[in-house]
Amino acid sequence: MNAPVPTPSRADPTVEAVPGEALTVRIWRDDGFQTFTVARRPAQTILDVVTEIQRAQDPTLAYRFACRVGMCGSCAMTVNGRPRWTCRTRVAAVADDDGLTLEPLRNLPVIKDLAVDMEPFFAKWTAAHGAFEPGDAPPADFARVAPDSPARRAVDAGIECINCGVCYAACDVVTWNPDYLGPAALNRAWTLVNDVRDRGQEARLEAVSGDAGCQSCHTHMSCTEHCPKALAPTFAIAGLKRATARSALKRLGARHFRRSA
Amino acid sequence: MSAGTQTAGPRRGAFRAARPRAGFAAALLHRLSGIALALFLPMHFIALGTALQGADRLESFLGLTHNGFVRTAEWGLVSALALHMVLGLRVLALEWFVARERTALVVSACVAAGLAVGLLFLLGGA
Amino acid sequence: MSPLLYVAQRGTAVILAVAVAVHLGTILYAVRGGLTAGEILGRTQGNHAFLLFYGLFVVAAAIHAPIGLRSILREWTSWRGRSLDGAMLAVAALLLVLGLRAALAVYVA
Repeated sequence: MNAPVPTPSRADPTVEAVPGEALTVRIWRDDGFQTFTVARRPAQTILDVVTEIQRAQDPTLAYRFACRVGMCGSCAMTVNGRPRWTCRTRVAAVADDDGLTLEPLRNLPVIKDLAVDMEPFFAKWTAAHGAFEPGDAPPADFARVAPDSPARRAVDAGIECINCGVCYAACDVVTWNPDYLGPAALNRAWTLVNDVRDRGQEARLEAVSGDAGCQSCHTHMSCTEHCPKALAPTFAIAGLKRATARSALKRLGARHFRRSA
Repeated sequence: MSAGTQTAGPRRGAFRAARPRAGFAAALLHRLSGIALALFLPMHFIALGTALQGADRLESFLGLTHNGFVRTAEWGLVSALALHMVLGLRVLALEWFVARERTALVVSACVAAGLAVGLLFLLGGA
Repeated sequence: MSPLLYVAQRGTAVILAVAVAVHLGTILYAVRGGLTAGEILGRTQGNHAFLLFYGLFVVAAAIHAPIGLRSILREWTSWRGRSLDGAMLAVAALLLVLGLRAALAVYVA
């Protein structure tokens, strides 16, 4: 899996192509698929392929990347039908004999070619109350949170999300129900539900409920399956289902007892 | 760093899709069996309701059902009921008992259990 | 669905899990070698326990099924809003009426 990459010597700055082997790459453009051919190289990643095409063959090709080492999540796109990070996906691991098919991420509006508009993704993050609420009078001192407390462990399980959008693209419920907040936003909401310092819990639970909220998750688990950080939004969403259920029942009980009091 | 995006070797065609899509298959089977049951239920109630006009009415209605087509449909519905229940129990477990499951294995076990019930039904004889 | 609809669906699911297990067991036991009206009714006529059991079964199913159908229709068709909710209430009422009628039918027959 982590095969040694041949180190280019000072005299030869490029990695040699494997003689005689070519890779067919179909790329989604605004007016349909366009086919390119690149040489296969050892340890080649999808990002290497797209970059080579854009620099050497078609400078009009639009795509995104930044860190190229699996830290930023900018390079996500659909590779042979599945959303992945192009910088961390080796061609050898995913290319069938038919080669590669590259498309923009599903469930998001396309700006151009392989670049999508992430705005709806972030709008849902906000709509799910994915930001910390300190409240009106936050305490002056630090909160003491034991790292092995159940709440903190629940936070730790989901806190590493870098908003790459892969889970959102993988989610069938987002495709069927465009209002659905999606796995990333809900996962973030769950980390905040478990933040003992947060003062916005009631409003947050309200925000993640309903037809656009956690109850619409049908545990397909595509999000958990595809997350490049090995997070498990399915279980964060399950936590939200439990929390909102308990809260709703409590309110129902409180209303009933107030009436008969 | 996650090794999750790199896979061990080249994957081929339809088989590659099968294992990772277990959760989707479970949800789809759960949903389709639910639809079948929801459509069947009113008919079931109406059939049983014929007993209001006496046991003979129900008996003559049941007489209509002693053919291969209906037997197959009955097997399908019994299997659908068992399958829907077992997959539903999986959902309840995922939502309330916070278990990280080995999805494909669990889903296969659920489908097997559902079909086993259907088989028992068939083996019970006409 | 709202949190309360979710609770209703999951709650009735638990009730139905028990009811279905009993029902499947009864079916597998009863249908051996064929099934006649006499055999069904012989079991259910005048039987309070069965009446109560089927009554509870019907109520749970009448709540559980429409909530599930609502999700399916919302996601796989373009139907949503108040008219869908109304239709699902109607389905619930239909199942309740037909089901309780059936439970009574095999009790009094």
